Amino acid sequence: MLSLVRYMAYAEQTSTPLYRDERFLRIINQVVVVALVAGVLIFLYSNMVTALRTQKEVPISYDFLNDTAGFNLGESTIAFTRTDPIHRAMLVGLLNTFKVSIAGIVLATILGTFIGVMRLSTNFLVSKIALVYINVFRNIPPLLLLIFWYRAIFLKLPRVQEAIVLFDPVFPVYIANRGLFFPWGTATESWYTYRWILLGGFALALFVAYLLRQHGKRTGRMPLVTLWFLVILLAVTVLGYVILPDPLEITKPALKGFNIRGGGSVSLEFWGLLFGLVIYAAAYIAEAVRAGILSVDRGQREAARALGFSSFNIMRLIILPQAIRVVVPPLISYAIGFTKNTSLGLAIGYTDFFAITGGLILNNTGRAVETLTIILLVYLTISLIASLILNMYNRRITLSH
Amino acid sequence: MSKKFRVLCLCVFVLLALTLSVHAQDASTLELVQERGHIICISHSGYPGFGFLDEEGNFAGFDTDFCRATAAAIFGDAAAHEILPASSADRFTFLATGEGDVIYRTTTWTLSRDTDNNAQYAVIYFYDGQGLMVPTSLGVSTIEELDGATICTDPGTTSELNIADAFAARGLEYTPLPIEDDEEAWNTYLEGRCDVRTTDRSYLASYASTAFPNPEEHMVLDITISKEPLAHVVRNGDDQWLDIIQWVTFALINAEEYGITSENVDGFLDSEDPVIRRMLGTEDDFGGKLGLPSDWVYQMIKQVGNYGEMFDRNLGAGSPLNLSRGPNALWTDGGLIYAPPFR
Repeated sequence: MLSLVRYMAYAEQTSTPLYRDERFLRIINQVVVVALVAGVLIFLYSNMVTALRTQKEVPISYDFLNDTAGFNLGESTIAFTRTDPIHRAMLVGLLNTFKVSIAGIVLATILGTFIGVMRLSTNFLVSKIALVYINVFRNIPPLLLLIFWYRAIFLKLPRVQEAIVLFDPVFPVYIANRGLFFPWGTATESWYTYRWILLGGFALALFVAYLLRQHGKRTGRMPLVTLWFLVILLAVTVLGYVILPDPLEITKPALKGFNIRGGGSVSLEFWGLLFGLVIYAAAYIAEAVRAGILSVDRGQREAARALGFSSFNIMRLIILPQAIRVVVPPLISYAIGFTKNTSLGLAIGYTDFFAITGGLILNNTGRAVETLTIILLVYLTISLIASLILNMYNRRITLSH
Repeated sequence: MSKKFRVLCLCVFVLLALTLSVHAQDASTLELVQERGHIICISHSGYPGFGFLDEEGNFAGFDTDFCRATAAAIFGDAAAHEILPASSADRFTFLATGEGDVIYRTTTWTLSRDTDNNAQYAVIYFYDGQGLMVPTSLGVSTIEELDGATICTDPGTTSELNIADAFAARGLEYTPLPIEDDEEAWNTYLEGRCDVRTTDRSYLASYASTAFPNPEEHMVLDITISKEPLAHVVRNGDDQWLDIIQWVTFALINAEEYGITSENVDGFLDSEDPVIRRMLGTEDDFGGKLGLPSDWVYQMIKQVGNYGEMFDRNLGAGSPLNLSRGPNALWTDGGLIYAPPFR
């Protein structure tokens, strides 16, 4: 009994106090974090439930997607009028998002690669220009960049009445502060037959190219595969155009009334968004490309030079194919980031998916929970699909090592 | 430190978080406002004439004055109010979730808005209509001449839907350019990216006169493509609050009809006219019927002024906008402004 009392007194003296006991603190930390996260989630959920209960006359429902839109859209790749349903307006927005994303990712990759290679140039001026480019544009918010391009550059182009006209009258191209207008073909009745001829020609050219390649591999003398491919494609295209009565009716743009009409056009908002985002994304891609090139062993370059490769061919045939393995993973995240950034088009009136769904449709229907859920899911799906495709590509080039 | 104790800790924290989360209260709006000590009005952040920040950084404007008048009616103090600036899209959410008590923000009353949102439209306080602004250099005077034009619109507003209707009804084509930011939309119009800017006539006039470098180079076409009755809005299901918001405006209109202004209201206190006595609370307690003090009308007129004074100060001759009363004149002057009687 006495020994126990003595032990307790001993324990009291030596044991660290609770607030300095590391084991205790570690547990408390976790409890606090879990409680905070749970508390915030519960608060948000109960807030939403309360808000929805107050709006009990409007329960969550997605029926409004079939209602008539009521508004018109200027920028659209598919036909859309005010009597079309709301879900079609969402589709128009989604296609606009894809349009600018695909064009932008391709352009940003080309520009970024170019600048990344410039950055490593032994020429002082070339290398420093690339350095300034990267550090300026990487450190400006993309929203600012695209507002700058739209407001300060593109909107300052001449008005339609004083549009710049190039290559008139053979191939008139109009540049004005409403966009770029150029001759474009509209489909006639025979277009649908012509389309099949084009497809057949493409398949034929592909087949011939394959045969030539096999032949080249067998004999060790590679014929000009790309040239043959293009010649066959061109021959079929021209032949089909001669045989069929005008599959396309070429219309030229012309100033009529207030607008330039006829032909094809790309709107000013598209250019503003494209330029702003491409210049921003290219700065990041350039750094990724530089890292990739530097990751290739010096010996590779030296060996290639010893074999007499030109410096352009060293880059094209030796360095870049190896660098690409390092470049692709960051490129994937830049491509996804680019797609998400297109939602900034809202600021300059580019009607992408977010502008149409989160702006027009949300305001018109007042269905905040439904539209925002759709927006979240769509962007999540786009990003997941994009990363899936690029990861598959990444796995392929990694295995070919 | 046993595992049991850890779990116990977690449970306690979660329970705490649960009890802290906010729950809706079932008290009436008037009780909530009185308890809070001031009214919260959902209004504009910057809209010349209706709700904007003046040189001293205080909110001023026609909508703001309705908020001040309501505060004067409830508390006898026009300063007992708070302006909650909201966008077009936010205003109904703010009202439905109880962040604000009433919408005083140029809100067009339409059937679908009345039924879709959790909103009750109280009273029309301004009759507006949608107009089309064009540069005079276009040489256009009718909407038919605008076939093929590009039009700058505000996404998600009734004006965007009206323009679609107006052009469809006449078989005309146009290209819409919806721009979220109002400033940006005006800039885009001024740069000639669009031929036409469309929104409420009062706003076209007010913005052009206050913010355009050369207002005389632009004109509003002599056609009104829609009715835009601007109304005050309250939450569904609180009839007392609806009555208060309605009768605040009715009292301001009646005061103008009877010639009671902030200057001369004290002289009316010993009036023999029973209608004026009922309004100013010197006979019967009409304020009490609404749950308000008996001198509610007196306080509003004294501190803010009648409907006509509010209009002149913010939109009319006493303001840079210099709008004419037009349909917003009293019914006795051939306008549409009409209020039920104090009886």
